[in-house]
Amino acid sequence: MNTPEDLHYAKTHEWVRLEKDHGTVGITDHAQTELSDVVFVDLPKPGRKVNAGDVIATVESVKAASDIYAPIAGEVTEANTALSADPGLINREPYAQGWLFRLKPASAATDHLLSASQYAATLKK
Amino acid sequence: MSEPVAQSPLAECHLAAGARMIPFAGWNLPVQFSGLLQEHQATRQAAGLFDISHMGQIRATGPGILACLEGLLANDPAKLTEGEGHYSFLPNEHGGVIDDLFLYRLGPEEFFLVVNASRHREMQDVLKKKEGPGARFVGSPGSTVGMALQGPKAAAVLAKIMPAGSTLPERNRIVRVKLEGGDALVARTGYTGEDGFEIFTDLKTGPKIWSRLLEAGKPAGLLPCGLGARDSLRLEAGLPLNGQDLSYEITPVEAGMGFFIDIQRPRSFPGRSTLENQKKNGSPRATIGLVSEPGQAPPRHGYPVFHDGKKIGEITSGLPSPTLGYGIALALVGSPAPALGQPLEFEVRGRRVPAKVSKRKFLQNR
Repeated sequence: MNTPEDLHYAKTHEWVRLEKDHGTVGITDHAQTELSDVVFVDLPKPGRKVNAGDVIATVESVKAASDIYAPIAGEVTEANTALSADPGLINREPYAQGWLFRLKPASAATDHLLSASQYAATLKK
Repeated sequence: MSEPVAQSPLAECHLAAGARMIPFAGWNLPVQFSGLLQEHQATRQAAGLFDISHMGQIRATGPGILACLEGLLANDPAKLTEGEGHYSFLPNEHGGVIDDLFLYRLGPEEFFLVVNASRHREMQDVLKKKEGPGARFVGSPGSTVGMALQGPKAAAVLAKIMPAGSTLPERNRIVRVKLEGGDALVARTGYTGEDGFEIFTDLKTGPKIWSRLLEAGKPAGLLPCGLGARDSLRLEAGLPLNGQDLSYEITPVEAGMGFFIDIQRPRSFPGRSTLENQKKNGSPRATIGLVSEPGQAPPRHGYPVFHDGKKIGEITSGLPSPTLGYGIALALVGSPAPALGQPLEFEVRGRRVPAKVSKRKFLQNR
């Protein structure tokens, strides 16, 4: 499984890429494999405020709907609208064009998140 | 569920093929191999091979077997000629469904039942009470292999491994054949809405037939398929799943399957008066087809359904149809149900999504 080094991970299989003033959130390669072909995505509207661990999006395959949790607290600034026309981006490019939403972090805290190697270790259990 | 999980007798084949296994009704079964969408498409366009070893296979024999089954099942076993099969129900006293099943007649005093994994033990308990010198039942979970070969190319693939001089059975018929050196029953039935076959055999022969079919079907585009594709294929064909669209509380008439209840015959069976009354005068609830639009959240089991702003029932099975590209669902609603084409809504995560009433058979010409 691909787990890029520059990302922070949640145990619930989301990643966040922290940049200057915002964080980009998606689901991991492992998560997209487990979900199989994504056919529908429910994304949060810009302006929504969330706490870490809140259900913030839903990703659906033919088989099931899966909740996505916010890895960090903040205010949603943008949703990836390309996904409504092509939800398969999540499967093909989980760490790039398949991102879900961006948010403005409420704090700089990432202690509750995992590094790439820590996250990869959780998958081996 | 705390029931111990049994391995499918074909598990070794599946793991070698890279299947993802999940527990289902006490069995560890493949949910997908190459991917649900691919498997679904292969079955619609070429052929798919499904492990159905979890399904109960029960042999019923004896001079009193016909009378015994007549007293239990909703469709009339006496209608079956040798080599013929039909869909039937074991109803409870209230007309609800203990199990839906396929009943085949193998001989004058020999029948073969294929039942759901989740109801196999219960079915055995019911049958045991009827057992005696005139009626014997054999078939415990884990003692047999079953597989379904489905799709427009299923007949051509199966023909390759049939013994020389043998012919494939016609729709809803069953034949005994030697396959890969073992005894097998081959029926032209299935759960996908496609032409296809179900093959029932022993633990030793099963893996050989499975491997041989995979190989024989490869040039035609056959793929091994998991439970995921099995569910999306059956729902597109409008076929009910016991435990969702049928249950102890949902009668076959309410599920839209009243056709398979025979009320012309003299002998009684459990729930007969309720079912007869519902067939003649209508049932308090009815099952409708529901379709949503492309790009909308798909309908799922348990979602409430609304008509004219009022809740009229719930979705019993629903998913985004791989073939059609929009959501399809079966919904159990109060009678009278809104007519074909009427607007509906269903609720997803607190939001109402527009839909309309459709036929329950979502794919036409199948």
